[in-house]
Amino acid sequence: MPASSDTALLIEHLDVRFGKHEDEVHAVRDVSLSVRRGESFGLVGESGSGKSTVLRAIAGLARDWTGRISVDGDDLGPKRTKAFYETVQMVFQDPYGSLHPRHTVDRTLSEPGRIHEVENIDERVNELLRDVGLGPEFRFRYPHQLSGGQRQRVAIARALMLEPKILLLDEPTSALDVSVQAEILNLLQRLKAEHKLTYVLVSHDLSVIAHMCDRMAVMNAGRVVEEMTVDQLRRAEPSHNYTRQLLKASLGYDRAAVDALETFD
Amino acid sequence: MSAPLLEVEGLSVRFPTRNRVVEAVRNISFSVGREKVGIVGESGSGKTMTGRAVLGLIRPPGIVEARKMQFDGTDLLALSEREYRSIRGNRIAMVMQDPKFSLNPVMTVGRQIAEAYQVHTAASRSEARLRTLEMLEAVRIRDPERVFGAYPHEVSGGMGQRIMIAMMLIPDPDLLIADEPTSALDVTVQMQVLAIVDDLVSQRGMGLMFVSHDLNLVASFCDRVIIMYAGQIVETCKASELHKAQHPYTRGLLASLPRVDQPIPRLSTLTRDEAWKTEPGVDARIL
Repeated sequence: MPASSDTALLIEHLDVRFGKHEDEVHAVRDVSLSVRRGESFGLVGESGSGKSTVLRAIAGLARDWTGRISVDGDDLGPKRTKAFYETVQMVFQDPYGSLHPRHTVDRTLSEPGRIHEVENIDERVNELLRDVGLGPEFRFRYPHQLSGGQRQRVAIARALMLEPKILLLDEPTSALDVSVQAEILNLLQRLKAEHKLTYVLVSHDLSVIAHMCDRMAVMNAGRVVEEMTVDQLRRAEPSHNYTRQLLKASLGYDRAAVDALETFD
Repeated sequence: MSAPLLEVEGLSVRFPTRNRVVEAVRNISFSVGREKVGIVGESGSGKTMTGRAVLGLIRPPGIVEARKMQFDGTDLLALSEREYRSIRGNRIAMVMQDPKFSLNPVMTVGRQIAEAYQVHTAASRSEARLRTLEMLEAVRIRDPERVFGAYPHEVSGGMGQRIMIAMMLIPDPDLLIADEPTSALDVTVQMQVLAIVDDLVSQRGMGLMFVSHDLNLVASFCDRVIIMYAGQIVETCKASELHKAQHPYTRGLLASLPRVDQPIPRLSTLTRDEAWKTEPGVDARIL
């Protein structure tokens, strides 16, 4: 995969390991991907498939990785620089866990601004709140005063504080009710268009990936088993058995299909 | 049709707080026969509290009121705490949502399941052990011997969920209340676990109350669906006809789902109507 000028994110031969010696877990095995600028790229797989670990390696949260990760043509080293976080930001799965319970929305949103010496933080906070569909009345609230959907909006606003180009979204709606999920997915699509963002979206839910993304990679046991466009998925033409099984299972319960399930390792 | 396994009429669950009384369940009536009944709703709709009320698990200051709560000829409202215990776990079992909080952390998995069996039967320890291993295998646990001796913190969330299901199914209940039993599982494992429950319903005539927020799953898995909103039943229908649902809340929920098979430019979001809370609920009994 050559890194052309419209490649926002390039990953080559990424391996991530946790633990040492006999406890070692080889979470990601030889993963290569490239995400174009302005694209929404989906990573789908079951728990333990390594999909979140790929995101965490990009964000610098999983340290023991080898291979190549490059953002906007620049290869990343073991440490993430300030400039990196101005380009790449992450939104986590659990809005109940990712916001500091004793920080107000105002403090949560302005903190990245202060670290990166953003000017007019005050104005930016109001702008961000408006952007994610929360009014200025939410500014001095604490997380416990917000619903799950509102918390996720705050987490998205925080990620946008530094005007990044790439957002890493780790199961951003899996902790939410379906009606709230719809609101957050709509918000993410609007923000993507308005701010010309690139998304890498991790989910176990094929329908969320199909709705949000242009292309996707299916992961199982640390490896990418298949890469395809969402159109190919829609036409139900995955070539790998694992993907076909995942697609079938996500369409609903079918007693006859259960007996035909295979285990892939 | 003969009398249903469970008949509930006019059930309400209330929690008095300092400022007001929270009405978690408001005057609902439903029945469960030897079938799979799905109870669908969003968080706070009262679906979990309904299941807990049937099992007599609402503790003071919570208040449970009903005109009728009958299980296989027994009046549940008249039971003493002691009598309830002979039914709970034995004839009506409940799989809770979160294995992390529902398994005893200082007891091995095997002992917990075997205990569930021994409490309700006169089985010996070795017999209970054997049944437990069989049950673990039935819920698709690959290495039952190892899991038998493991503590809850040593197993994954999905495995914990299957252990809970094994524990609840081992006394052979007549009615299983499953509260989001598969939401922590991967789709393929989810399908396998559902198939086990499905077979118990079709082969042994168990009744199932399946509490879930997943509309697609309920539509494809259950026989009947009850839709709850703000503590009331707003609609009930055959699961196969869920896509033809009439109530604006149900329609709104269905429309907000992203789809694999076709692109939707923008998901429709739900506009909640205050009137839904005041309109009378629907009776979901089949007698």
